[in-house]
Amino acid sequence: MGYKFSKDEMAKIFAKLAQDYDVFAPVVKKGDGTFSDVDVVRYDQVTSLDEIEFNKKSDYSFKEALLPINETLFYFTEDETTVPKGPEKKRLIFLRSCDIHAVKRLDQIYLDNKFEDFYYKRTREMVRFVLMGCPNTCENGFCASMGTNETNQYDLYIKVNGDNAFVDVKNDEFTETFKNGALEDVKPDFVKENKVKVTLPKNITKETMSSELFKEYGSRCINCGRCNFVCPTCTCFSMQDIFYKDNEKVGERRRVWASCQVDGYTEIAGGHGFRNDNSDRMRFKVMHKIHDFEQRFGYQMCVGCGRCDDVCPEYISYSTLINKLAKECE
Amino acid sequence: MSLDINTKKAKKNAWRISKERGIGASRIRVPGGYCDAEILGMVQQIAQEYGNGYVHLTTRQGFEIEGIHLEDMEEVNKKLQPIIDKVGINQYDEDKEKGYSASGTRNVSACIGNNVCPFANYNTSELARRIDKEIYPNDLHFKVACTGCSNDCAKVRMHDFGIIGMTMPQYDPSRCISCNACVKGCQSLSVGALRMENYKIVRDTEKCIGCGVCVTKCPTRAWTRSQKKYYKLTIMGRTGKKNPRLGKDFLVWADEDNIVKIIKNTYDFVEEYISPNAPARKEHIGYIIDRVGFEKFKEYALKDVELMPETIINNNVYWDGIHFDNKH
Ligand code: HEM
Ligand code: HEM
Ligand code: SF4
Ligand code: SF4
Ligand code: SF4
Ligand code: SF4
Ligand code: SF4
Repeated sequence: MGYKFSKDEMAKIFAKLAQDYDVFAPVVKKGDGTFSDVDVVRYDQVTSLDEIEFNKKSDYSFKEALLPINETLFYFTEDETTVPKGPEKKRLIFLRSCDIHAVKRLDQIYLDNKFEDFYYKRTREMVRFVLMGCPNTCENGFCASMGTNETNQYDLYIKVNGDNAFVDVKNDEFTETFKNGALEDVKPDFVKENKVKVTLPKNITKETMSSELFKEYGSRCINCGRCNFVCPTCTCFSMQDIFYKDNEKVGERRRVWASCQVDGYTEIAGGHGFRNDNSDRMRFKVMHKIHDFEQRFGYQMCVGCGRCDDVCPEYISYSTLINKLAKECE
Repeated sequence: MSLDINTKKAKKNAWRISKERGIGASRIRVPGGYCDAEILGMVQQIAQEYGNGYVHLTTRQGFEIEGIHLEDMEEVNKKLQPIIDKVGINQYDEDKEKGYSASGTRNVSACIGNNVCPFANYNTSELARRIDKEIYPNDLHFKVACTGCSNDCAKVRMHDFGIIGMTMPQYDPSRCISCNACVKGCQSLSVGALRMENYKIVRDTEKCIGCGVCVTKCPTRAWTRSQKKYYKLTIMGRTGKKNPRLGKDFLVWADEDNIVKIIKNTYDFVEEYISPNAPARKEHIGYIIDRVGFEKFKEYALKDVELMPETIINNNVYWDGIHFDNKH
């Protein structure tokens, strides 16, 4: 059901929603970017509509609102463990079409990959998604190429346009909240075409593995992991056991985001690493995004949000690499 | 008619009397070395019309238009007015169309700063312009420079007042993924103030110089810059014939307003204690402090200065350096 409100009415409804739900949305963090006096757009809890950055795509994806960067799995003493409480309130996450497609990938790994992850599941069940439209394409995204530019998998769609706000309610849970609005046919803004177009390589073979492209791009990469940390579809984590300093018999186990580009990712007992060479890491990442995942689950992992290209300090363009690879594989 | 020129006045008017008889050069002041490119065209016009067509880019980030006949001084001064206006240089009212009001207090120079440089912790040219507005025109010989970070590309330690940008790194452990990039960065590019304990980062606050390398290395924004901008104030560096020396840290983790205050207060100190025999009333402030003592300097410099609690002040500063004037 679509509704129209004045922006003021919407602000009031929103304030009410923010009492019933923990709302996570992209916000501009002044001066928190990599460089001095540079902002960053990333997710945080908000209590008013004004705090939300609707225009600029977030530099870091919504993922951290669903899958914490650091998550304590349990606390331990000598003979007991305690699992921390999960979220007590329902959660609203504002995100774009490509990101909603990314949720499907996260669900695939954490819920439907031969086991169900207890921690992910208990948060996921509390989450409702609010679609933010894309009236124009972002700089580096290629959602249209990946077929993620449109979606109907949202609970709410909210658009603020000048003095008006438009809502499309898909989940009955919200019907009551928005029922007083003027009825209106609300269609989300979806991008039809991007500046960046990507053709995925067909016929990936064993030879593809040894493409010179991975060597070239690998040699430029500094292994910072930014491409993975901004990515809405990367799901890797590592485990950390922390023994508290004051009493080393007590501690906690955490899982923490990991990146296949960062040193240590493939390190095993004895110090051996399986992908010490940058070109191997680059190949592994790219193949995971556009081949391995697809082999296993039947659809592509990458949703084409373009954040990895936005963020890479070495100007490595993953989308350009894929296009070049596609040419090689012709 | 023979040339009849008040050279003392001309020099204070930012003219150089050159080694070639009858020829001078006009020095144009660009605080922070940052200006609208339109200025270049104006400089070019004067150089081609009145000079020998060449310009020297000065060590203090101005332009020196060479080869101007001294009899053209007045006319060139008129041509300077739009440049002075556009760059935004203070001028006494009676000096309109008559060139610069003073030259003793040198152009406040700056490295390129955070307009461009990834290391810089603040907008150096903006601060340079602010300081220039506060201290110029003045004929006392002050050299002030601003640099974005501890790399000190602006060589501010060769200045009476050197301002080095700092940031107080802010750590959010909940965003840290233990990649060690900050630890490695601080170790290889800076002072090695970081270490990992229990998969989280510990910053040695005594060691940390606020360079911000950790912030630029962190891939997750676990490290960010402080909202407040911090500065290190180094004092009394100089080159020269007697006792060249590097400026030493006076304040660390200081704020902009207090630094501006201290520089202005130092003008009062110099007015009071400058040697009556100083040639052209130019005596290096460091030499004055050598003569009257650091305590006296501090008494003047810190007048009405209320430092933030986190500011570290060095209560005694001694300089070494080479003594060409003191050989036995
Ligand atoms: C040279 C000797 C060893 C080699 C080459 C080796 C190799 C490996 C490899 C390839 C993995 C999978 C890593 C991954 O999925 O990221 C692994 C995991 C593991 N290894 Fe070893 N391993 C060695 C010794 C040991 C020893 C001595 C132990 C225990 C006493 C051990 C315990 C484990 C455990 C518990 C895991 C699972 C860790 C996890 O799931 O995170 N390994 N090892
Ligand atoms: C019964 C034998 C083995 C079992 C049960 C086993 C199990 C596993 C598991 C569970 C993983 C993690 C997979 C994942 O992250 O999705 C893994 C990874 C790995 N194993 Fe094994 N493994 C076995 C034998 C071996 C052997 C013999 C080698 C090498 C000689 C090996 C090399 C590796 C490597 C290199 C990885 C990391 C792959 C990657 O890049 O993610 N494994 N293994
Ligand atoms: S790989 Fe890059 S473009 Fe694809 S989903 Fe991840 S961040 Fe977006
Ligand atoms: S293996 Fe690399 S590309 Fe794949 S999910 Fe993990 S971090 Fe992301
Ligand atoms: S962001 Fe760029 S440099 Fe960093 S790991 Fe990814 S590809 Fe390499
Ligand atoms: S700001 Fe401090 S901790 Fe960070 S890199 Fe510089 S010296 Fe090291
Ligand atoms: S660079 Fe950032 S994420 Fe990596 S260890 Fe340092 S603080 Fe943590």
